[in-house]
Amino acid sequence: MVVKYLLGNEAIAHGCLEAALDTAFGYPGTPSSEVIDTLRAWPDRESYVEWSVNEKVAYEEALASSWCGLRSIVTMKHVGLNVAADPMMTSAYTGVKGGFVVLSADDPYAHSSQNEQDSRCYAAFARIPCLDPSSVQEAHDMVRDAFSLSEEFLLPVLFRPTTRICHSKSDVNLGEVAPLNREASFEKDPRQYVVIPAHTRILHKKLNEKQSSLKKRLVELGYNRCIIRGKTGVITGGIAASYVREVISDSVSIAQIGAYPIDEQWLSEFIRSHERILVVEELAPVIEEVARQVAGLVPILGKKTGHVPFEGELSPERVAQYLHAAEILVQADYPVVPTPAGLPVRPPILCAGCMHRTAMYAIRKVFRDGIFPSDIGCYTLGLQLGVVDTTICMGASITVASGMAQAGEKHDIVCTIGDSTFLHTGIQGLLNAVYNNANITVVILDNRITAMTGHQPNPTTGVTAGGVERPAVSLEMLCRSCGVSFVETVSPSDLVQFTGVLKEAKSRSGVKVIIAKQPCVITERRAKVNRGKFMVDPNGCIGCKACIKFGCPAIELHNGLAQITDLCSGCGVCAQICPVSAISLEVKE
Amino acid sequence: MSYDVLIVGIGGQGTILTSNILGEACVIEGVPVRGAETHGMAQRGGSVESQIRIGQEYGPLIPPGTADLIISFDLMEAARYCHYLKEGGQIFTSKEYVVPTSVFMQDFPAPDEYMLKGLFGDRNVTLIDARKLAEEAGSVLTQNIVLLGAASGYIPLKEQSLRDAVSKIVPKKTVELNLKAFDLGKAAGLAR
Repeated sequence: MVVKYLLGNEAIAHGCLEAALDTAFGYPGTPSSEVIDTLRAWPDRESYVEWSVNEKVAYEEALASSWCGLRSIVTMKHVGLNVAADPMMTSAYTGVKGGFVVLSADDPYAHSSQNEQDSRCYAAFARIPCLDPSSVQEAHDMVRDAFSLSEEFLLPVLFRPTTRICHSKSDVNLGEVAPLNREASFEKDPRQYVVIPAHTRILHKKLNEKQSSLKKRLVELGYNRCIIRGKTGVITGGIAASYVREVISDSVSIAQIGAYPIDEQWLSEFIRSHERILVVEELAPVIEEVARQVAGLVPILGKKTGHVPFEGELSPERVAQYLHAAEILVQADYPVVPTPAGLPVRPPILCAGCMHRTAMYAIRKVFRDGIFPSDIGCYTLGLQLGVVDTTICMGASITVASGMAQAGEKHDIVCTIGDSTFLHTGIQGLLNAVYNNANITVVILDNRITAMTGHQPNPTTGVTAGGVERPAVSLEMLCRSCGVSFVETVSPSDLVQFTGVLKEAKSRSGVKVIIAKQPCVITERRAKVNRGKFMVDPNGCIGCKACIKFGCPAIELHNGLAQITDLCSGCGVCAQICPVSAISLEVKE
Repeated sequence: MSYDVLIVGIGGQGTILTSNILGEACVIEGVPVRGAETHGMAQRGGSVESQIRIGQEYGPLIPPGTADLIISFDLMEAARYCHYLKEGGQIFTSKEYVVPTSVFMQDFPAPDEYMLKGLFGDRNVTLIDARKLAEEAGSVLTQNIVLLGAASGYIPLKEQSLRDAVSKIVPKKTVELNLKAFDLGKAAGLAR
């Protein structure tokens, strides 16, 4: 046994390797991305690892792998499960053959997400088991054993770590990476794999029949466990269980839920041994609802009594506060300290030299009264530049744009979408917009990488997750084949040319596509591209703040004059903006 | 009870690498450890924090008002997170700070050093000229290790474990200059 200090997602990847994982598929999404990133970088890797174009594609491929008898995992963030929900719901009916784990990473407090949905609800909806780890070590152990559980019940197993598992670190006890020895072989069985009505009715009944033995088994396996220590008790699960255990007094009972569905009889026995119960869980009242069904006369405190919030993430001090309010003993109270006031916020910002800023700056200049639907990626930070008016989910920039146009909105509608997001779920929106002749301009921000989640490759990158070179997809040809006649590719760093193309698009009707193509500045830095650094001539600067309003983090204002810092990546756009030509490339002596 | 360290700065300054060194040192000594980090979008030049709890067996989050030590790579970020410090705790911070771009764009008054220091109240704060010491060590990129070295006397881990962890975590070619940065930081921390 080896002990290592690992990120939750690295420990999860290792757990998969210990379980002799054969195939892994996923689409990047914070906080899930490092599972596939760890697997694909694994030295002497035997398993097949893929970044797929979206979660539905990834899910179906992983499911097929399992149908061929292999152990497979598919990874995504919680909102990715919405995209994969279609195959997931019915795969519960068809069942699986090789162990199949669906990793859906939840994000309480929406650190990096558009909502706080709770994947445990999906598992209940699909009637498949869900594992909910309370620590990094448990995440490692659970995912390792999840493949056997899947094979035992012939069901997909939903594995649901949260941000504070995925992106927390711990000393982890690791086992050996197991060698692979399975061969893919699909055995035809239409009654299982072809869900025509006559088959699916039978499959649905079988799925329902698995539920009661599944519930019992999850208690037997120790995922759902309790210690009885007094007359009051706390029921908790996931990372909240770690916080509860940190703060709770030794005289209070704990039931810890690590897996769903919960065995009602087991939970009822625990509840009925107490006079009062508090349920502490993040997000949806999943445990609490089961507890209420089986509590009899025992009062259940929790979200529905206002003791625990329905939203946001928990923490030791918050849990201590909720326990205190429910008159349950805690070990220690935490100090209440005021946060320092008067500091300017420091939100994330597009990098110095990022092409998204330049593209959005130009869009704002040309389409002054425009409406700007946008999408999910680094460029969502264009909100600060006033060029992001809507963001809802992956791919919804083009569809929101065409929807507004079809509704009769009179202003120019210009939407922005990244290369990876366009390939994820943007293409259908474009096809639809052309088919129905929407009057919109689509700017594809093509930096050839899925940047925000940590630089994962996609079909525009020209390389696979495993590092194999593949021809990069042509976005121009894709757009043309959707029926777009106005497709122009131009680098935004040439501000004059880029602005010219935007103006041309503005003068035309129908669907116009502009591909703003320039590598991600982080990719360039890693490739040691050095364009030098720009500087402001203090005698030339008139303090007009035109460059400041561009919003580049490398440009600061000191005593009314602009200065360029070491963050400068040499894109030179500020020199094109400066009305008095006071910005130029620094010449080294 | 764990010894809780909050490492703060701006995305890209090396908070994660520094917390990895502490985590690695814990593994070397066989001490349980928990950490929590900022990943994803917030890393793009935003305010970031790494929490690390030495000797902790439960969760990774440090409650405000209970941290034993804050290591900060930016004076403004030290001020932003100083309420995490417990009474009698220590803050080691770079004396420099970067003004957020939004301040310039929206014409807000930029906070000055005097105002930032005022936010610390009566907390124990040691300002380190991390840039100068890092340059002396051989690379301006070693400022995080300078500050780790400066705070190292308060961390309940052996100096050798910390040095071994630095050697293991930083890129191979930079081990020597990082160890030098650690030593220069340590001397500066002691000389305060």
